[in-house]
Amino acid sequence: MHKNNMTIKIGGEAGQGMDTSGAGFARALTRAGLHIFANQDFMSRIRGGYNFFQLRISDKPVYGPHDDVHLLLAFNQEAVDRHLHEIVPGGAIIHDVSVKVDPAALTTRQVHSFAFPFEAKSLEIGRPAGMDPKHAKQMLNTAALGVTAAITDFPFDRIAEVIRQNFGKKKGTAIADANLAIAQWAYDEARQYADQFDWKLVPLPDAQPQMIINGNQAIGLGAIAAGCKFISAYPMTPATSIIEFMTSQAKRFNLVTKQTEDELAAILFAIGAAQTGVRAMTATSGGGFSLMVEALGMAGMAETPLVVVDSQRPGPSTGMPTRTGQGDLLFVMHASQDEFPRIVIAPGGVESCYADTARAFNLAEKYQCPVLILTEGFQAFASRSVGIEEMPFEEFVIDRGKTLTEAEMNALTPGEYKRYAITADGISPRARQGHPNTTFTVTSDEHTEYGRIEDEDAANRIAQHEKRMRKIETMKQEMRMPEWYGPKNAPITLMGWGATRHAIREAIDILNADGIKANALHFIDIYPLDEARLEKELDKAQYLIDVEGNYTAQLAQVVRVYTGRAVDDKILKYNGRPFSGIEIANTVKVRTQHEAPRAKSSHNGHGGAPKRISRRKVQA
Amino acid sequence: MIDTKVMPEFKLTPKSYEGEREVTWCPGCGDFGILNSVKQALAQLQIPPHQAYFISGIGCGSKLPDYLHANGYLGLHGRSLPMAQGAKLANHELKVIVTVGDGDAYGIGAGHFVHALRRNSDITMIVEDNKVYALTKGQYSPTSTKGWIASTTPDGAIEIEFNPVVMAIAGGATFVARTFSGDPKHMAQVFAKAIQHKGFALVDVLQSCVVYNLVNTVEWYRPRVYKLDDDASYNPHDYDAAMKKAHEWGDRIPIGVLYVEEGRPTYEDQVKALEQGPLVKQPLGGYSKATWDEFRASMM
Repeated sequence: MHKNNMTIKIGGEAGQGMDTSGAGFARALTRAGLHIFANQDFMSRIRGGYNFFQLRISDKPVYGPHDDVHLLLAFNQEAVDRHLHEIVPGGAIIHDVSVKVDPAALTTRQVHSFAFPFEAKSLEIGRPAGMDPKHAKQMLNTAALGVTAAITDFPFDRIAEVIRQNFGKKKGTAIADANLAIAQWAYDEARQYADQFDWKLVPLPDAQPQMIINGNQAIGLGAIAAGCKFISAYPMTPATSIIEFMTSQAKRFNLVTKQTEDELAAILFAIGAAQTGVRAMTATSGGGFSLMVEALGMAGMAETPLVVVDSQRPGPSTGMPTRTGQGDLLFVMHASQDEFPRIVIAPGGVESCYADTARAFNLAEKYQCPVLILTEGFQAFASRSVGIEEMPFEEFVIDRGKTLTEAEMNALTPGEYKRYAITADGISPRARQGHPNTTFTVTSDEHTEYGRIEDEDAANRIAQHEKRMRKIETMKQEMRMPEWYGPKNAPITLMGWGATRHAIREAIDILNADGIKANALHFIDIYPLDEARLEKELDKAQYLIDVEGNYTAQLAQVVRVYTGRAVDDKILKYNGRPFSGIEIANTVKVRTQHEAPRAKSSHNGHGGAPKRISRRKVQA
Repeated sequence: MIDTKVMPEFKLTPKSYEGEREVTWCPGCGDFGILNSVKQALAQLQIPPHQAYFISGIGCGSKLPDYLHANGYLGLHGRSLPMAQGAKLANHELKVIVTVGDGDAYGIGAGHFVHALRRNSDITMIVEDNKVYALTKGQYSPTSTKGWIASTTPDGAIEIEFNPVVMAIAGGATFVARTFSGDPKHMAQVFAKAIQHKGFALVDVLQSCVVYNLVNTVEWYRPRVYKLDDDASYNPHDYDAAMKKAHEWGDRIPIGVLYVEEGRPTYEDQVKALEQGPLVKQPLGGYSKATWDEFRASMM
């Protein structure tokens, strides 16, 4: 028997409600003290098209998806056709009697198939409750959860509680009762199969409270905890749910959220608010960020603190809207004309989306520059059970850097304040426009210390440009080095950045468990990077394998430019799908010739064949 | 309007807004008159310099805030309006005034213009409309006459001209006016009314360019413009009459307040978070444990 360690996949047509039922079940599990990781895969359509929701469950925290599926809830034929091969021996498919499953395939793969008259029963129970056939059929979700609880031995009252809560609040008791009835029916029908299914879900005795939070919500939470009061954005997948989430919380936290006419306006609203003294942000994906680039440079020139989120999706241009990738690193590092200080941070995981976004607001004000948060589609939508202690909202310390307090501004003589005073660290104390003693202008033109246009004088240009650029040296002292994971002095080091963090960590765990000593060096803070310190870290790596979601190994390029260190191999993926730990581990085994190449799926390219390197070299 | 705690007995005059900068406009430019009238209007309304926030773009007219003593953000070409609306949402105690040229406002910035009209943010937009791109040396602008000959339109501009006041009324602005740089007194009066108006106010200023627009000169305008104030029968609250007036152009050009809609709530009036005062004066973060507990419970 396998206890509390399994993956459930729910597949069907968009609009069938897989995400809702999946989220409901996830809630029941986390209340029972179990940990979950949930990710979704969907097409850029409102109705129709194929979607799936995947739920990984464990008694320990889980940070990423697993390739093996133990239970498939197939809501249409396509779900069976797509995912049958992912189900492990002994696993099962739950489906309606109308869905056909090839018995030969089941036998070969040793997979069970449990069929139920879900649709007929939905109509039978739904009609008397006043539901039209379309809505009645959606109860298929609830029924499937009843079956899941039955065959995994998960207590029925745990899911009944969630069903009552989900439907009772919004839709009234008749609907809630109908859903409870179908769940009970499904549970009773399926109990007979429980002894054929080996994976069990058992509530933990000392369940701690957990929240279920996805990457975009975590970014919004980081912003709120850090005192961000203003977000302006234009809808663009996969960033949209950041402003949506913050809007859902606007009344609770007294926030201004603004959907603007385009991304140009989105960043400019935020700059206007930030310049006036409020902590402000915008969020978009690569295409929208392209429109923001001119204003980004203005924030750099005018030294307006600002946080900009780029939630990456594959491009170029419209690319693959609902998918994931890491193709924007070099773009955000260099976007806009000429040079100015900026900070690039790529959080990895929900906890990092929270903490590093919060930190970004301190950095933006401290260094009076744009801070770019690079996340990506996979991380935006994936959610995880998060312990209360992982996000200590109340404890975040707001540091406004050299921002003048009201008392400090009161003490000034009108006319003496210099917005762009030349300083040793490049940071000029910032005042609020609107205070009687600090009336000043700021300009996108080169300017004097007082913020007046001076676009001719060479000496002033040198003084101001050097002042701004000095901030980079000051920042470097604070920027964090990439973090190590795994055993020290390992012969293999995987290098990555951002959202691949937990997949790489899992790969390291798998490799070490399989006797291949390996560790990981992962970048969250990317730019500016302190070359001297980074070189020392890289010196600890022996055989360095770069793992990235783009074609040209952008991080490896950055590392080489700044430190001269070249990577020894690259695992690159650009099919729009996220990395999983097992996938990285298997690829590393092949590349380092610990294992022969497997027959791999044709659309899962990792950019290149196994390298001819001696096995001795990587085991040294 | 004046913050008496800050400036108890000081009376503001146009000189109070005088910047320390050397003005770089061409001698004879209509912008000088506009700058002076802006100062007159500010003094008339007794708005302290620190409570005025001038936001501009790029172009001759956009340099105006650099020559004033007041807060300013001299930003990007065509992008003043979104920045002004963001600033107003962050601190709605400020008098936010946008000063840009016709190319900036109606050309590159047209997308933002139509949305600002319907949003009714409490800001004033003064457009220094000389019907030409002057700083880039004479190309045609959205308000240039059809057939305008310039370096990029040697055979004459093919497009018909953009009518900003018609657009503004149609688009939902609650205050639409036109004035003329050859009449400083009129300009100051119209600016003051626009700044006082609660809601989005557009003032299109007919202005000469002594170098690149030798057609629409002060001498060309003077016999043509007539003041709406002189016509007792004209009612700027009448939408249809205003629309008709806004189309009038040629031998007779109306100046003054073309259209006013009173009482429509501003955008900021309707934003819940601002009920507790300007956002910038609200505490950053620091939410109570009870607030967070309530949030946490909602995510479990």
